[in-house]
Amino acid sequence: MDAVRAFLRHPSGMAGLVLLLAVVALALLAPVLFPVSPWEMVGAPFTPPGEDGMWLGGDTLGRDVAAGVAHGARVSLVIGIASAFAAMVIGVVIGAISGYFGGAVDLVLMRVTELFQTVPAFILAILLVATFSPTLTTIILTLGAVSWPPLARLTRAEFLRLRKREFVEAALCQGEGTARIVLGHILPNAISPILVVTSLTVATAILLESALSFMGLGDPNQMSWGFMIGAGRTVIRNAWWMSVFPGVAILLTVLAINLFGEGLSDVLNPRVSRRRA
Amino acid sequence: MNRREFTAAILAGSAALPFGITRAVGQTRGGTLNTIIQPEPPVLVTALNQQQPTLTLGGKIYESLLKYGPDLKPMPGMAKSWEISPDGLTYTFKLFEGITFHDGKPMTSEDVVFSCMQVLTQTHPRARNNFARVASAEAPDPLTVVFKLKQPFAPFLGCFDCTSAPILPKHVYEGTDFRKNPMNDKAIGTGPFKLKEWVRGSHVHLVRHDGYYLKDQPYLDEIIYRVIPDAASRALALENGTVQLVQWSDIEFFDVTRFKKQANLEYTTNGYEYFAPHQWLEMNNRIAPMNDKRFRQAVMHLIDRDALNKRVYFGNAKIATGPISSKTRFYDGNVKKYEYSLDKAKALLDEMGLKPGANGKRAEIKYVVPPYGEVYQRAGEFFRQSFSRVGIDLVLVGTDMAGWAEKVGNWDYEMTQNLLYQLGDPALGVSRTYISTNIKKGILFSNTQGYSNPEVDRLFEEAAVALDEKKRQELYTKVQQILVEDVPVAWTLELEYPIFYDKSLKNVVTTAIGSHETFGVVHKS
Repeated sequence: MDAVRAFLRHPSGMAGLVLLLAVVALALLAPVLFPVSPWEMVGAPFTPPGEDGMWLGGDTLGRDVAAGVAHGARVSLVIGIASAFAAMVIGVVIGAISGYFGGAVDLVLMRVTELFQTVPAFILAILLVATFSPTLTTIILTLGAVSWPPLARLTRAEFLRLRKREFVEAALCQGEGTARIVLGHILPNAISPILVVTSLTVATAILLESALSFMGLGDPNQMSWGFMIGAGRTVIRNAWWMSVFPGVAILLTVLAINLFGEGLSDVLNPRVSRRRA
Repeated sequence: MNRREFTAAILAGSAALPFGITRAVGQTRGGTLNTIIQPEPPVLVTALNQQQPTLTLGGKIYESLLKYGPDLKPMPGMAKSWEISPDGLTYTFKLFEGITFHDGKPMTSEDVVFSCMQVLTQTHPRARNNFARVASAEAPDPLTVVFKLKQPFAPFLGCFDCTSAPILPKHVYEGTDFRKNPMNDKAIGTGPFKLKEWVRGSHVHLVRHDGYYLKDQPYLDEIIYRVIPDAASRALALENGTVQLVQWSDIEFFDVTRFKKQANLEYTTNGYEYFAPHQWLEMNNRIAPMNDKRFRQAVMHLIDRDALNKRVYFGNAKIATGPISSKTRFYDGNVKKYEYSLDKAKALLDEMGLKPGANGKRAEIKYVVPPYGEVYQRAGEFFRQSFSRVGIDLVLVGTDMAGWAEKVGNWDYEMTQNLLYQLGDPALGVSRTYISTNIKKGILFSNTQGYSNPEVDRLFEEAAVALDEKKRQELYTKVQQILVEDVPVAWTLELEYPIFYDKSLKNVVTTAIGSHETFGVVHKS
């Protein structure tokens, strides 16, 4: 409860949280606010903002940009959260095994992790998506597959730090099983930095998905922000609104997640929070 | 020249232009034409590849026996005259004297016979169909070519433009594997321009072929085809004068209105008469529910083609009424009409038993988006919305060039969009999509949807060999009526691609193949 109270007093963290909740609300309310499919051509092509009942304008086919932004929030959040979760699961499992057992296991797992780290994440994502034709599932798995290495390294470092601590040694002496020690003693003490990095991974995943869709490698059946920018980019000189509004949506969402993540980091970091108190 | 040097040279060139090159030589000789090639062609040898960029560029390098005016009537190309025997079986062409290849060797009738009968019959799908009708081709003397046909073929004289029958050097290709010949990189033809260099990803530089057989031609010194993959950058290049000519889909349709207003540019949709690009929604006739005629008729009813033209093509098209374009010979618009009507579409679907299921959906169909640019993507999205209105889910599948060719050529698709050239005569460009003898696995632009109707086969074959124009019209009218009833594919639009060029350029569009033409007569004022 202390953490929650501390977070409530954290100004930028709270700003991030409020913004993030607004985006979540937009995503949840999209079907209510814009009951017509965002793909439906409801007005004239190239309608400027505010005209024809479309307050963010229409795109090249006359689709409502506002509807696209709202429905795009669903796609972006789903992809961001699901792929960050996938990355966290992969990263924590590999990091935990590596950090707890050490030795040869550690050596092999860390070399594999480095292999992934040396390949630029975006290039690898393009390769994977292009190989397994782009659908919502393959994009989530791909983003998970390219985002886990930092989480694995962090988890390993935490485990290395904690496994020699007295309470772990004590548990060992009492004859507790490996699974119980890892899940019951080490992980709960390592979880706060992992959560912070995971929350920031959501932001990275949203950006990666937007970049993929921008390049035409997104799921062509999902209205996402990256897709909207990619489709509006060629006409940006005639119709700025088609790419600017989804761009602003990406900016605000990523900013919100980053502020929230940083706030979380400050609050959960024992040294910082103690100094505050 | 690498890319950076090239850019420097362009800058230097544009600075030097007002003071020198254009004024130094005669009234119409000299000058550089900068234009666009998009996407970059895989090879420049038009005998081996017939995609649009290859033809646009290769048209300058490879010439053929004839050219065609906007009315599709033949004009001299490398042949200065020709004769047809009264029985319609023997075609005799007389060549101009002094034609040379870019490597300096003379071009003779032997090269023509070799190219048409040995190379094109192997490497050029539509030329293969044309020259398969030849019983014998002979070269009695270096300037005479004689084709003897197995039976009369009315449009045979329409098979000799530079995109359909490019002439290759026999001394380079004889006895080699044509596709793997290392000289393909040199692209040796007889056209007014020859290849100087090709920097992949940057530009193709063509220069004047000094040994060209027509006096003073070509008028231009050089043509530079610049590879500009990004649509916005292409528009910018035209706007600021970096390029002086754009063709086909270089400029996106939504930009056409804007450029029509630009004072220094000439705009035309002429120069596509020979191709008359005809577009349709292709449905694999082998697979349910597309194997039912009523389903395909419903598709004709559920697409609002007027809205498709306005929203996706920004009015740069005409609504197609059937298999033959209104710009092609023997067109007949008096056929069954499919107006936009969701009720009629639903009634047809109900009648065939494709009723909405528990979730309100009648069917789910995969639609492969052709990877030829944004317009195709937008058209796919348009179709998906159209189908959703009658309860059919169209799932868009993205792919690359090779993937699309592979899927469509091997019949491994449900729906896609396709665009074919009409080539001036139904026997050349239309019948190939519908006759059952052209159901050939692995070959693009054949009867890939697998439509088969013996009556249609018979009518097309009779019309191709009939010499009397009235008789041909009768047969083609009948075949159009049958096809429009059967709907093997859902015809959507006759596209009208724009050509924009700087007003200082003259004679840009002189024939029915427009920007694919050899450009020997193009000059700067």
